[in-house]
Amino acid sequence: MMRAGFLLLFLLLAACSQNDQLQGLETAADKTPVFGDTFIEGSIGDASTLLPILASDSASGQINELVYNGLVRYDGALNVIGDLAESWEISKDNLTITFHLRKGIKWHDGAPFTSADVLFTYQLYIDPETPTAYAESYLQVKKAEAPDAYTFRVSYDKPYAPALMSWGFSVLPKHLLEGQDVSTSKLARKPIGTGPYRFVEWLGGEKIVLEANRDYFDGSPYIKRFVFRIIPDTSTQFLELQTGGLDYMSLLPLQYDRQTDTLAFRRLFNKYRYLAFGYTYLGYNLNRPFFKDRRVRQALSYAIDKQEIIDGVLLGYGKAATGPYKPDAWVYNPDVPRYPYNPEKARQLLAEAGWADSDGDGILDKDGRPFRFTIVTNQGNDLRSKAGEIIQRRFRQVGVDVQLRIIEWATFLKEFINPGNFDATILGWSTGPEPDQYNIWHSSKTGPRELNFVGYKNAEVDELLEKGRRVFDQQERKRSYDRIQQILAEDQPYTFLFVPESLQAVASRFHGITPTAAGIRYNFTQWYVPQTLQKFSR
Amino acid sequence: MYAYISRRLLMMIPLLIGITLISFTVIHLAPGEPTDLQTQMNPQAGSDLQAKLLKQYGLDKPLHEQYLLWLGRLVQLDFGNSFAQDNRPVFEKITERLPVTILLNLLSLLVILAVALPLGVISAIRRNSFFDRASTVLVFVGFAMPSFWLALLMMDWFGVRLGLLPVSGLKSLGYEYLTFSGQLFDRISHLILPVFIAAIGGLAGFSRYMRSNMLDVVRQDYIMTARAKGLPERTVIYKHALRNALLPVITILGLSLPGLIGGSVIFETIFAIPGMGKLFYDGVMMRDYPLIMGVLVIGAVLTLAGNLLADVSYALADPRIRQSS
Repeated sequence: MMRAGFLLLFLLLAACSQNDQLQGLETAADKTPVFGDTFIEGSIGDASTLLPILASDSASGQINELVYNGLVRYDGALNVIGDLAESWEISKDNLTITFHLRKGIKWHDGAPFTSADVLFTYQLYIDPETPTAYAESYLQVKKAEAPDAYTFRVSYDKPYAPALMSWGFSVLPKHLLEGQDVSTSKLARKPIGTGPYRFVEWLGGEKIVLEANRDYFDGSPYIKRFVFRIIPDTSTQFLELQTGGLDYMSLLPLQYDRQTDTLAFRRLFNKYRYLAFGYTYLGYNLNRPFFKDRRVRQALSYAIDKQEIIDGVLLGYGKAATGPYKPDAWVYNPDVPRYPYNPEKARQLLAEAGWADSDGDGILDKDGRPFRFTIVTNQGNDLRSKAGEIIQRRFRQVGVDVQLRIIEWATFLKEFINPGNFDATILGWSTGPEPDQYNIWHSSKTGPRELNFVGYKNAEVDELLEKGRRVFDQQERKRSYDRIQQILAEDQPYTFLFVPESLQAVASRFHGITPTAAGIRYNFTQWYVPQTLQKFSR
Repeated sequence: MYAYISRRLLMMIPLLIGITLISFTVIHLAPGEPTDLQTQMNPQAGSDLQAKLLKQYGLDKPLHEQYLLWLGRLVQLDFGNSFAQDNRPVFEKITERLPVTILLNLLSLLVILAVALPLGVISAIRRNSFFDRASTVLVFVGFAMPSFWLALLMMDWFGVRLGLLPVSGLKSLGYEYLTFSGQLFDRISHLILPVFIAAIGGLAGFSRYMRSNMLDVVRQDYIMTARAKGLPERTVIYKHALRNALLPVITILGLSLPGLIGGSVIFETIFAIPGMGKLFYDGVMMRDYPLIMGVLVIGAVLTLAGNLLADVSYALADPRIRQSS
């Protein structure tokens, strides 16, 4: 979750789009969707397992998304719409959800899909024997039942706002998994779902091939074949893109900005950019005496020039973060205290907190202790280490001496984050359309191996987080989260650094791409290649 | 001879156990646990997932017990299941990656030998000539050049600009629709760049080695005798000198046997080749103990076998060693 590419979550659903494309003149024939052609996507990592219940990496997530369906999903405007479920009702007390499933849906092997599959999948998630990373939401369910073949009903003890969307999980085939050990199931290598694409082959470390499900309940997708090529190096991916070996890749800021501005590239590819669901932050260990004083944290935030980091590290393809939500989300609150770059203000706040350079060595000190600490971050994420270097220089200018340590991920977790053995850390969170961040900010989640590892405790935030989970009405929910954002901005347990942009290139022969708040991939089944532009006939 | 070989084979057993014991301990000393990647930093993971996974992988047992269990399975040639989310048998994961790794290494070794040996011989014969100096400079430039950088340049040049060769991978899309000769051509064209890049760094070692061997040998008395007999220079060099100078190369070849299954991470990453190097690297990063141990055991066995093979073939090639053993 923290490391891009490693732990998935919502990467596909990225919002706020800006279309960078050069649209040529289109003939009427180009606007008629036709079936055919192949879409080749490049991925830096191979999928780990195609059983969604066990997968937690983004590569697996991307394939599973095309092979399986949930009961509900997000549409292009990030509204929850029916997927396997035709409709649903939420009871007046917000405790029970009744899903009405679509009839006549078949698994890829021809077996009919019914509510028994949904119930079975739910039971699999909460089975203590199942090593899944997604049990949390389903453990909140009090009772789940399937009164008839096309109805599925769940009830909760307390209203739980993320409940509805939690049923967007991939529904698994009961007839193929029942009575089996899920961790050794053959479906992990050869999935059978209900989705728009069926599985064809998987050559480990090389590629995964899917083919259009012509009988898909929502109408057959137009693109006949989907090829997922594993190319671990982004420079190689870029060369492959130019030779036509790839139709789609995520570009680095450098590639987007400097290497794709040629006429030849613009003729063959459309570029898209939109804010990604996620942000990078500098988190302070609040158990360390240095950071106990809020003024010190505010001072450090003033000492950092966020725009400088965005310009230097992302070449400008990002936005300064003011809190844990991205600026174009419905839950985002723009009216929070901001910390524009202001070294004077930083020095002043530090002085108020009692830090002064009494021995004249250029480093602030208090009670004989110099203000000297270490920022740790994980290896393999260039953005973070570069941001660290820029921050290091800025802190030095206000008299704070900072060391930067970059550590391999597993060691980083074990030696630094888990035992709380760090001063400050640069990390990132992937977020999603769902605003619940209970696990990251609630004071009950500060234990070892839990996500509030900076040790943030604020009674009002705790209460608001609990309330935000219990309320269904979006306006009312927003009030809780607005206040949370205000408090977080005042407290600065993190210096929220930036929200990066997602930069994509898609071969221009693909039509039907309409960027929205959800990014571009949400309507992949509607993409098509006009007859005259089709490249692969088989 | 047979007694010697069987004695050597028996000796390998305690040696192998020692190697596995040390490797096993060292791997577990590295901080971090295989379960961390799946359970940490994930807001949706239940708190008991860690315990569940530890139990599933048998990591809740004391270390010596884990080792004995692992060793017990190994004796039955069972490498266990990977700790990665796919849970596949380690043996399957390794054998899936082996053929392409061996093919590439073998081909590049052949290219290295085919180029480096003549280069070394000629350099030795024409010592300090322009050819000698120029080839020395060139092979060392090849050795010192970062392979990923050279690879990207070649990919850009031959793949993108000239469009002659494929950029990466092992097969084209639609490979299965090609004729047999088309498939063969496709395969070869995908191999040219990787083999060339893999070979270029290895030229320096072998050619220098060959050169110095050759220089040693031509100073020997029997070469002088051969010349004194009035043998033509060609016969002196290519029959008497070369054969003797090749002897130490055999040892090196034997020692490069384990290298055949090892791959380079950087190289495989650049060319998008699913080989052993990337598998092992990812295994280490995820703390996938069974996979790491599997690769190490195979490597250890091949190293020991390579040593044995080198000694035996040395004996076969050199009558003096044959008689003294």
